[in-house]
Amino acid sequence: MVAHLVRLKLTLLRNGLRRSPWQVVGLVVAALYGLFAIVIVVAAMAATSVQVPDIRGLVTVLVGSVLVLGWWVVPLVSFGVDATVDPARFATFTIPRRSLLVGLAIGGVIGIPGIVTAVTALALTGVWWQDLDVVLVALPCGLLGLATCIVGSRATTSAFSNLMGRRRVRELTAAAALIPLILAGPLLSRVSMSGGMPSKEALGQVARVLGWTPLGAAWAVPWEVADGHWAGAAARFGIAVGTLVVLAMVWARALAHALVNPVHESTSTRNRGLGWFGRLPATPLGAVTARTLTYWVRDPRYALAIAIVPLLPVLMLVFGGGSKLLFLGPTAAFLMGWGISSDVAYDGSAFWTHLAAPVTGLTDRLGRVLGASALAVPVVATYAIGSALVTGRPEVVPALLGVSFGVLLTAFGGASIVSALVVFPVQQPGENPFQTRQGASMMAVTSQLLGWGAVLALSAPEAALAFLAITQHEVGVGWAALVVGVLLGGLLLVVGLRVGGRVLERTGTDLLRRILSFA
Amino acid sequence: MPADQLPALDLRGLWRRFGQKVAVAGIDLVVPSGSFYGLVGPNGAGKTTTLSMATGLLQPDFGTVLVHGQDLWSHPLEVKRMLGVLPDGVRLFDRLTGEQLITYAGLLHGLDRETVATRAHDLLVALDLDKDAQTLVVEYSAGMTKKVALACAMVHAPRLLVLDEPFEAVDPVSAANIRDILASYVASGGTVIVSSHVMDLVQRMCDHVAVIAGGHVLAAGTVDDVRGEASLEDRFVQLVGGRVSGEGLAWLRTSSG
Repeated sequence: MVAHLVRLKLTLLRNGLRRSPWQVVGLVVAALYGLFAIVIVVAAMAATSVQVPDIRGLVTVLVGSVLVLGWWVVPLVSFGVDATVDPARFATFTIPRRSLLVGLAIGGVIGIPGIVTAVTALALTGVWWQDLDVVLVALPCGLLGLATCIVGSRATTSAFSNLMGRRRVRELTAAAALIPLILAGPLLSRVSMSGGMPSKEALGQVARVLGWTPLGAAWAVPWEVADGHWAGAAARFGIAVGTLVVLAMVWARALAHALVNPVHESTSTRNRGLGWFGRLPATPLGAVTARTLTYWVRDPRYALAIAIVPLLPVLMLVFGGGSKLLFLGPTAAFLMGWGISSDVAYDGSAFWTHLAAPVTGLTDRLGRVLGASALAVPVVATYAIGSALVTGRPEVVPALLGVSFGVLLTAFGGASIVSALVVFPVQQPGENPFQTRQGASMMAVTSQLLGWGAVLALSAPEAALAFLAITQHEVGVGWAALVVGVLLGGLLLVVGLRVGGRVLERTGTDLLRRILSFA
Repeated sequence: MPADQLPALDLRGLWRRFGQKVAVAGIDLVVPSGSFYGLVGPNGAGKTTTLSMATGLLQPDFGTVLVHGQDLWSHPLEVKRMLGVLPDGVRLFDRLTGEQLITYAGLLHGLDRETVATRAHDLLVALDLDKDAQTLVVEYSAGMTKKVALACAMVHAPRLLVLDEPFEAVDPVSAANIRDILASYVASGGTVIVSSHVMDLVQRMCDHVAVIAGGHVLAAGTVDDVRGEASLEDRFVQLVGGRVSGEGLAWLRTSSG
């Protein structure tokens, strides 16, 4: 049974690759990335393995703990868990739950993150190569750690997705849950920076404590053995095994619950009137704009894509405040402007509505930009002006407005072209936000990096002028930045809308076909 | 030929290939103006692919689509004004309320605000959706979703309605209402094409029918011409083939304990 499930996963992977060359590109990029990670990890571990045992223990426990924590938390916030082999599909088969769990867990290792993790676990074991009996202990402990990673990620995601069966609850929580997680990284780095590089002793303390927690227990066993503390080793081994058992139980229960209680919507939301459709002009353009605006409010995927924007001021303050605060406007402009690049992908197959109607590509593009600007323009203006005032430099307002709106307009233009050319699998409306689509992240990355580069390069003129104005205290140059930013950005937006509209009219049916092929 | 003598839909040599699989292999079909046309075929026959190409949702590899004499793929904007489309197996903008969705479809087709408001209200009442007009479409049942999609296809009073599986998941009462609406629409000069699996329905409802299988048209014409003396279902099975007797599954007998 386990072998069947693993083979199923491999077959699905192969068929996925056959379906579209993009999947192959995504996999190749991901594989290169993974290979890079493996080389770094193995090199670092090789260097560690010739240090004294205390350093080896410290490094293995810290790296291992980060690895476990990553598997537990990251799928919740960004990538989701790979749902190629969805347990719910097995609801009607009489597969013993134990076989199902083991099969799904082993299947979880197949894939780039799984392989990188497996190699890392092996490298963490290899650190102890100088001491044969420690290696003999470290090997099963490495396996235990690997299992803790995989099973833990399944446990957290399935437990959360059961919790969040209800659409409203799920959408709100997903958005809210991001906030502390976005802040966690910078806060930690801030804390560690303020104290300078933490001392070896401090790290050792952290590693010793982690060794007693579910995160680090499995990795701490060889360290204890190397020190000759067999009792300590046994205790940590017990913790590690207990962790895995508890995680497996959580996963099994969540799975059992999910199999017989599919997500059911019972709540009904009432809305009044036509909303934006009643307020904006009764034209195709007004309709597209109204629809986009409605979705910005009602569809959490849009909110999640720009969830970081309201947190930017906090982030900038954490990162040191002062003149760094001036980056607020351009950063928000870039994020919100580029936000519409996945618009057609977010429409999903509902995009047919535009194809079937006598709507020009330009109307489609412009409507989406207008809808997004209703939110972006006030936010960017507030950030640009606010950051200048807070830092006590009101004279840089024109320069900041210039670069911010230059970036915003350029990003709108670039995104209008990109979203007419490329669609990639995204979560469909109403889908569990903790499930990710196969190949989603890598394909998104490959297509978007080019666009980012282009937007940054094309907004370089106003950015350079604004930089000059701010650093050299040249008010006149600041006004030049404003003029260049608005004119050049406006020109690029017009070009982007026209090109994007024309491309969309040519590629629209193909985009729809590709969206349908993702489903 | 005067404009209303031209066929409502004229498909000429339509081809479409997906990778190695030819989904539609040279379909010619003439749908006379004012007809109620049924499109029947087994699963995977190419019905949806054909209708997608006829409505501008899928680019054909070869062939032309003429709607009331105008080429769809060379004058998409003009032709799409005459078309009302209900595709199968696609999503709607389901974060809008039922009323908003119909309004959206109407506005995209260039209707003014008053017309859209009146028609949206009439359609919601006619399709028994008026109680749920303010509910998000994502919370509709499958049948209600079909009905609101149908309303979207009709809101701009198109000359040709192309409906892919319009009765799927729709309850019998609503289905009867929809049939009445479509029949009176045809009586007033409109043209309707429906695809369906239900032969009985097509035989009772439609005046013309085409049988499609394997990407080809096997038979087309008035319902009476196509079925001859037999029922449409028998004629369909005869044309398409593939009937197997149930005797091979002798073990599927629960009483033989």
